[in-house]
Amino acid sequence: MGKIRTPYLLLLPGFLFLFTFFILPIVNLAQTSTQTPIAGGDTGQYEQTLRFQNYIDAFIENREQFGRSFLYALIATVLALMISYPLAYAIAFKSGKYKNFLLVLVVAPFFTSFLLRTVAWKQILGEEGFVVPTLRSIGIISESTTLTSTAFAVVMGMTYNFLPFMTLPLYASIDRIDPRTLEASGDLYANAFTTFRKVTLPLSLPGVVAGTLLTFIPAAGDYVNAAILGSPNTKMIGNVIESRYFKIVDYPTAAALSFTLMAAILILVTIYIRKAGTEELV
Amino acid sequence: MSKKIVDATIPTIPLNARFQRWFGRNLIRVYMVLAFTYLFIPVAYTFAFSFNDSGKSNLIWKGFTLDNWKNPCGAPEVCTALANSIKIGLLATIFSTILGTMIAFAIGRHKFKGRSTSNLLIFLPMATPEIVLGASLLSLFLVFKINPGFWPTVIAHVMFCISFVVVTVKARIASLDPRLEQAAMDLYANEFQTFRRVTLPLVAPGIAGAALLAFSLSFDDFIITNFNSGTVTTFPKFVYTAAARGIPAQANVIGSGMFFLALAIVIAGQFVNRRKAR
Repeated sequence: MGKIRTPYLLLLPGFLFLFTFFILPIVNLAQTSTQTPIAGGDTGQYEQTLRFQNYIDAFIENREQFGRSFLYALIATVLALMISYPLAYAIAFKSGKYKNFLLVLVVAPFFTSFLLRTVAWKQILGEEGFVVPTLRSIGIISESTTLTSTAFAVVMGMTYNFLPFMTLPLYASIDRIDPRTLEASGDLYANAFTTFRKVTLPLSLPGVVAGTLLTFIPAAGDYVNAAILGSPNTKMIGNVIESRYFKIVDYPTAAALSFTLMAAILILVTIYIRKAGTEELV
Repeated sequence: MSKKIVDATIPTIPLNARFQRWFGRNLIRVYMVLAFTYLFIPVAYTFAFSFNDSGKSNLIWKGFTLDNWKNPCGAPEVCTALANSIKIGLLATIFSTILGTMIAFAIGRHKFKGRSTSNLLIFLPMATPEIVLGASLLSLFLVFKINPGFWPTVIAHVMFCISFVVVTVKARIASLDPRLEQAAMDLYANEFQTFRRVTLPLVAPGIAGAALLAFSLSFDDFIITNFNSGTVTTFPKFVYTAAARGIPAQANVIGSGMFFLALAIVIAGQFVNRRKAR
């Protein structure tokens, strides 16, 4: 008897907590998203009128920021994958006894605060930093070109900041590959490229899927990189939600935007997982 | 015909292969040096500018000083923010580690109805963008007329840390050899004794790792904190607000200090693991 109850008793406190502070807020957010301002009420007072038009209004008004969020997140994810894959591969297969040490090195930069690192990039890429004068003196960029307050800086910041979310899952799945499968492929006259395409890549696919998701999801909802490294022209949907909440006190629009973002991400993720054909994520 | 191919290939293969191997090996080395340089540029920058004799704004190098390290609380509010972050981080770590470990044992050790739903409930908070988690929790607090502040922030942090604790501890439980527990039972240990003397010590490194992860997630969180902390300043919030007018060098001292502390903990942990493995 006790045996049957044990798992439920173990789950109860944690799930009660998640229900109250994760599920309930999301339900409440859905409710807020269809409210309208009370006629003659103060700012920040809303009543439920089930106005689903809120979603359409919010989306049309901010479609540019939506598009930008997904575009930036996509570019940052692809860049992170391109940087991380060779790195994870090298650590898993080519580092010998330094494997653990190199893994620590991959994670170590992320022990300094996320915001300090972003601000550091702002100063490195800024007018007083060493990158801009160097590039100007070589003639790669013109005198009037700046690197901060650009889409380039925002995407670069996101790529950098979410890199360990890509590298670690990639490493975990590449490290699990039996090196003998690669040898076997070579023995069967596959060249290095064919071995990679037919053996290494398919075997590391769970890591690719997990890494791209763990990078794309926080990147799409991020607003810190855009706020610190960007300009008004690089605003993402996160910046809009934040200012709707704090500056404009327009809770229904903020809620509708949050919900649209979450739904869009969940739909994209589901399609992606289906296409990639792997379900073992967590 | 076949003879021709043999003649042609024998002298070239070793040379070609040797060149390819040399190129491959060094290409990867060069790549790793470049990648790690990229990873460490902002860290090195933050560390270097912690020694800057900068006064208020730490934008331009003005000369070397140790003053910032001797007096890390010298800038107004920076240590209040740090203390808040540590307090919130410790509380969030304790609660999320306890709740998450219990869930991990339930899911990892038992077969029961609703197991896949439970897995989904754990996965969802990780798949939800932080801004949605933060904003939705704030709306809930507002409905119940709870002002954002210290405890709402702790609650928010526990909420998003639980899933990461569950995933980490569950992985450790999954890697356990079930024969160890069977052996304990064979030696007449009852269920509780087996758990306390065998299972728990074996899972402990996973729990410790999960706690460290929870603390670092909580300590570094900005977005969810920004929504739920009201007037309470945490370290990331301090940096964000200060970024507009220039960050004091003391913030760099704290950031660098955290870096070295975390590095020391990780290296010590690996050292302990290696000694145990022997």
